[in-house]
Amino acid sequence: MTEPVLEIRHVHKNFGALRASHDINLTLLPGEIHALIGPNGAGKSTLIKQIAGNLRPDAGEIRFLGQDVTELDTVSRARMGLGRSFQISSVIPEFTVLQNVVLALQGAQGTSYHFFRAVLKDRETTAKAREAAERVGLGDRLAVWAQDLSHGERRKLEIAMALALEPKAFLLDEPMAGMGTEGAAEMTRFLDQLRHEAPILLVEHDMDAVFSLADRISVLDYGEIIATGTVEEIRTNPEVRRAYLGEDEEAV
Amino acid sequence: MRRETIINAALAIGLLAIPLWAHVTGEIFTITLSTRVAILALAAVGLNLALGLGGLISFGHAAYFGLGGYAMGILAFHAQNYDPIFTWPFVFAGTKQMLVIWVVALIVSGLAAFVIGMLTLRTSGAYFIMATLAFGQMLYYLFVSWPKYGGEDGMSIYLRNDFPGVNTLDPIQFFLICYVLLMLGIFVSWRIARSPFGLALQASRQNAERVETVGITPFRIRLAAFVISGMITGLAGALMADLNRFVGPTMFSWQTSGEIMILVILGGVARLYGPVAGAALFILLEHWLGGVSDYWLAFVGALLLLVVLFARGGLIGSLAGREVAHD
Repeated sequence: MTEPVLEIRHVHKNFGALRASHDINLTLLPGEIHALIGPNGAGKSTLIKQIAGNLRPDAGEIRFLGQDVTELDTVSRARMGLGRSFQISSVIPEFTVLQNVVLALQGAQGTSYHFFRAVLKDRETTAKAREAAERVGLGDRLAVWAQDLSHGERRKLEIAMALALEPKAFLLDEPMAGMGTEGAAEMTRFLDQLRHEAPILLVEHDMDAVFSLADRISVLDYGEIIATGTVEEIRTNPEVRRAYLGEDEEAV
Repeated sequence: MRRETIINAALAIGLLAIPLWAHVTGEIFTITLSTRVAILALAAVGLNLALGLGGLISFGHAAYFGLGGYAMGILAFHAQNYDPIFTWPFVFAGTKQMLVIWVVALIVSGLAAFVIGMLTLRTSGAYFIMATLAFGQMLYYLFVSWPKYGGEDGMSIYLRNDFPGVNTLDPIQFFLICYVLLMLGIFVSWRIARSPFGLALQASRQNAERVETVGITPFRIRLAAFVISGMITGLAGALMADLNRFVGPTMFSWQTSGEIMILVILGGVARLYGPVAGAALFILLEHWLGGVSDYWLAFVGALLLLVVLFARGGLIGSLAGREVAHD
């Protein structure tokens, strides 16, 4: 059996009386897209934060690349190769597209303490940044301020920044959110390619995208994973239908 | 050429040309004013690095200005009184050499900024402002109550310190020293602004969470910026002490911190030559309005209000407009 890239073992997290994560077990295998779905308030964001290192679990273990990272902070996990995109676009507003991607690159390269070199004159770095921007379709928007980008473009920039880190795993929080049908379809095609570079843990509400992309799906409800399986298994799982898809969702 | 570049060049040339012309016509006072502009601008260049690029609203930069001043004051005080600072492990009699004084000023203010930064940079917003203010005031009261170095009265240094090959008592020669250091300070902050470090610093100001996600620790970036910022302001403090041939605890007062901040805001926050424009405007107003009314600072206050309300980019911003995107 292949070694999982990311492994979540018996993770618990409570906020007072609220069980945000209850005995979560989840693996992300090389080359796969593992979708995490669940109704609003099911604990998806809490789980993502624990994986990214913003929140510490009350109990349990998070392993990344075979190493226990439960005690590591966000920065260390990012350095190890966890490429994250945010649910609400989180870019540097007063930077150009190129500067945003260059920032991600220098994070990965650990060159942030170079005080005297002109960062945008570094051919190698800017070429890499350009390439990452081109891959998400922002190749002709390099000199635009991030704050002037459209919503969809900002989502793409998020992905480009994650991409620039050359991560060992992607953690994508609703990359299609608010993108519209056309944009979502484009993003779906792109993510389909991306899985060959690194496995993706995908949190997404767009069911068309999830069902067409995911190798496996885990369903989160009230802080618990109630099912994990292939698209077909999830579609036909009665518990999932009751909790999430709704009894009458025959069309799915 | 970009409009801002032209304005910057005009400021750099103007600040050099005016005292040179005053030298020819024998107007010593104008040279002294220009020297004050250069020194205050250098102090503001330091603050601009933390405040402008890093968004760190330090209301305690008087601490570094004062430490730089007292580094000069204490070293020269011992030297002029033939009273060694320490005798073990070797006898150190103090010094009148500017180069040594500058190095000491840079080290002392850098160390202070490191310690103060370690303690204050965990906070943000109003807490950070108050915490930096508190450290400035602590140093103020420390030096007020230190009789050996003049206490409340401060201390006079009778002769300006020495610089190899320069007659520092000649106003124009001392001005040139200050001008060269100002240009060096601007050069350093220009290089930093466009370096990888500067990129990370500016990103930390705008979106720290994002910076963490790409594997950079905003705290460390800010701390490094804070130290460099304090060092530059400290060097300016040493020069100011040498200009006045006097150091006093008011260098540490919160009014001094406020003044340095006003220079940055008047000139244009995060603009490379903002501190120069701000310092020039401030000294001109002090000179002209000070002659008209004792309450000239009220006019500065009104002007500051106008800038904050209507011209966020300060003087440079109003003249050069918004920064344009570049790649």
